[in-house]
Amino acid sequence: MTILAFILAGTLAAATPLLLAALGELIAERAGVLNLGLEGMMALGAAVGFVVAYTTHSHVLGFAAASVAGIALSLVFATLALGFMANQVAAGLAIGVLGLGLSSLIGKPLESQTLDAPGKLAIPVLADLPVIGPLFEQDVVVYLTFGLAVVIWAVLNHSKLGLIIRAVGENPHAARAIGFRVLRIRLAAVAFGGAMAGMAGAYASTIYTPLWADGMIAGRGWIAVALVVFGTWAAGRIVFGALLFGALSLGGLIAQAAGVALPSQLLASLPYAVTIVMLAVISSNRRRMRLNTVASLGQPFAG
Amino acid sequence: MAPLLQLSGVSKRYGGVQANAGIDLSVDAGSIHAILGENGAGKSTLMKLIYGVERPDEGQVLWQGQAVTLSSPSDARRLGIGMVFQHFSLFETLSVVQNMALIVPGSKGELATRIRDLGAAFGLSVDPQAMVHALSVGERQRVEIIRCLLLNPALLILDEPTSVLPPQSVALLFDTLRALRAKGMAILFISHKLEEIRELCDTATILRQGRVMARLDPRQGTAHDLATLMIGRPMPPPVHPTPHGLGEERLALSNLNFANDDPFGVSLKDVSLAVRGGEILGIAGISGNGQQELAALISGEIALTSNAKAVTFMGQPVGDLGAAARRHRGLAFVPEDRLGRGAVPDMSLADNALLTAHGRGLVKNGFINRKLERAFTADCIARFDVRTSGPQAEAGSLSGGNLQKFIMGREMMLDPKVLLVAQPTWGVDIGAAADIRQRLVAMRNAGAAIVVISEEIDELFEICDRLQVLHKGHLSPSVDVAATSVEQIGTYMIGAAA
Repeated sequence: MTILAFILAGTLAAATPLLLAALGELIAERAGVLNLGLEGMMALGAAVGFVVAYTTHSHVLGFAAASVAGIALSLVFATLALGFMANQVAAGLAIGVLGLGLSSLIGKPLESQTLDAPGKLAIPVLADLPVIGPLFEQDVVVYLTFGLAVVIWAVLNHSKLGLIIRAVGENPHAARAIGFRVLRIRLAAVAFGGAMAGMAGAYASTIYTPLWADGMIAGRGWIAVALVVFGTWAAGRIVFGALLFGALSLGGLIAQAAGVALPSQLLASLPYAVTIVMLAVISSNRRRMRLNTVASLGQPFAG
Repeated sequence: MAPLLQLSGVSKRYGGVQANAGIDLSVDAGSIHAILGENGAGKSTLMKLIYGVERPDEGQVLWQGQAVTLSSPSDARRLGIGMVFQHFSLFETLSVVQNMALIVPGSKGELATRIRDLGAAFGLSVDPQAMVHALSVGERQRVEIIRCLLLNPALLILDEPTSVLPPQSVALLFDTLRALRAKGMAILFISHKLEEIRELCDTATILRQGRVMARLDPRQGTAHDLATLMIGRPMPPPVHPTPHGLGEERLALSNLNFANDDPFGVSLKDVSLAVRGGEILGIAGISGNGQQELAALISGEIALTSNAKAVTFMGQPVGDLGAAARRHRGLAFVPEDRLGRGAVPDMSLADNALLTAHGRGLVKNGFINRKLERAFTADCIARFDVRTSGPQAEAGSLSGGNLQKFIMGREMMLDPKVLLVAQPTWGVDIGAAADIRQRLVAMRNAGAAIVVISEEIDELFEICDRLQVLHKGHLSPSVDVAATSVEQIGTYMIGAAA
């Protein structure tokens, strides 16, 4: 396997957990809620997903349980941020810490245990193409995630549901005046974000690296939050950012294996830094930022 | 036949404020019914109750003779009530047709066709595919009205619809409303502009302090009678300034260009103005045509690093100076939004006074002299008739009119060489507004140069010596108030003049 084939084959899978979490966060933020608890929700989803998949030998049940756990934690956040109109930044940080703690607690008995990863699914014809063939030999969740990105783009831009979500995020007062139940819509958006974060965690712990290690989410929840903001709340740019991060983290592994004379910690941190810098450059277009920024993001709404 | 809408004994309280008390109202199909009252008289609350945004504490609402409970705007819409809000309920980042699709069923193609048909039938032309943030205020209002009409309402509520329109667009709007009335629609028209109501409406209900003061035919009786009922005392007389000698040129903008990199903002093109001591220059125009940008360029919130000469103050180039440096040279500024830019709501009046008066000995060696600060504030409160508990009252606790008087007083006490005031009487009751206008004229008579940016044409004609009109970032040539007319200024306001 060439280096290029290795990167092509691995990038999509490396991008998948980020993309799952970021797409959920995109919906929550488009509705006007900043959920900074994403890292904790992913960590909780990872632990619950691993424990359930380990005990039931079913990845499907693992994903289902992880999404339920993500929803449950996001509802705690929603209670604070929407119900009691708490500061969304503080509430999100607190919930994030809670999620990380719960994750360690739940995963503790299974430390260093492993799972069987599900098999890969090669798409006929496409997987046999020269050079880009490895892109089309992935596990099923990867295909579903990238399909979901298209669905979410279409919903946000071309459906009434998307219009409602964007309207609530841009101007909750006007949305209420014309008769939308702002808090209910925001609650649903936050819960969706929680479910997606939970599944993102489950993907990381049961498929991408099917081994339980405490702290395995390793900041990917934060990168997902950054992807949404620096991707200027547009699904396409978020996908780009996730792929960039995925490719860079594989590049780091290759560089390490090839014995590049850089400390491994530095190599491991590069994808985070480069992704943020790249996205910051993309989002420095003020016009695009202004047109896409969610006007009411992070502001409590009394409804 | 029962009236279309009937309210009996409707009351609503917000905390300690009785916004509506025992309101009776009856609206018939095929009529235009005015709700007349000052700011704070309870008009907006009443409309929110009728449209289901708020629920009444007491009283009954009858629709076509049946008692109904309106618990949300969708309930009201289902009955056939539509509402055009004063601060529009449109979404700027969506297109016209997307804004419609939020509450009107149907495909985008169908909606676009219906939008064009309605536009043709009622003189409401608008491009269905346009993005709302790119529309003028008049166009946005048309979008709001069309959005209501798409749902075939029996009753249409318009909240202060003319406050955002130039005179010509007001005439168009009235034609539209008359056409709708002829089709049998009932219209509730909320306003505090008396002449408009006399021109358009069949019935008027006058509110004061949350109560119904009178129910009458506005075409009978004079505007003066209506005003007396509305504010509870005779209308204050206008304060036309008399011509007098002018001083030296104090502030000038020459061929100023400003490219705005905010896509929702306005770029200014080749703007020139000059104001001398002892005169008031009025900048007319509908908000959103560059007023905020012009004010920021004069105040120094936007500094032009490369073109200092475009702005001169007392003959010196100041275009590259920031707001503090310009204030230091004798410029004072009253911004349009009182809470947030004119004053900090959570701070006391004394601390708010300090924010711009710190140069007057209130701060020594970095420490605040609390005694002087309090004395300065108390002086301002007394001289400008600010109704408040004292210098320690929070700015946010004052009514709009009182806070505006305080901010105007604070700036006037700095004895500025040039005073820039944006929207001096927005949301201020009639009595306080008259007071503010009198003080501006008195300051002019004492030799100050004053620039007033306002949407209220009548106000500008009352106090200004000269007028210029801002439209889409262009500033018209200056005209003497004595030699112009509301019609001419209106023509400039919609950009129709050469």
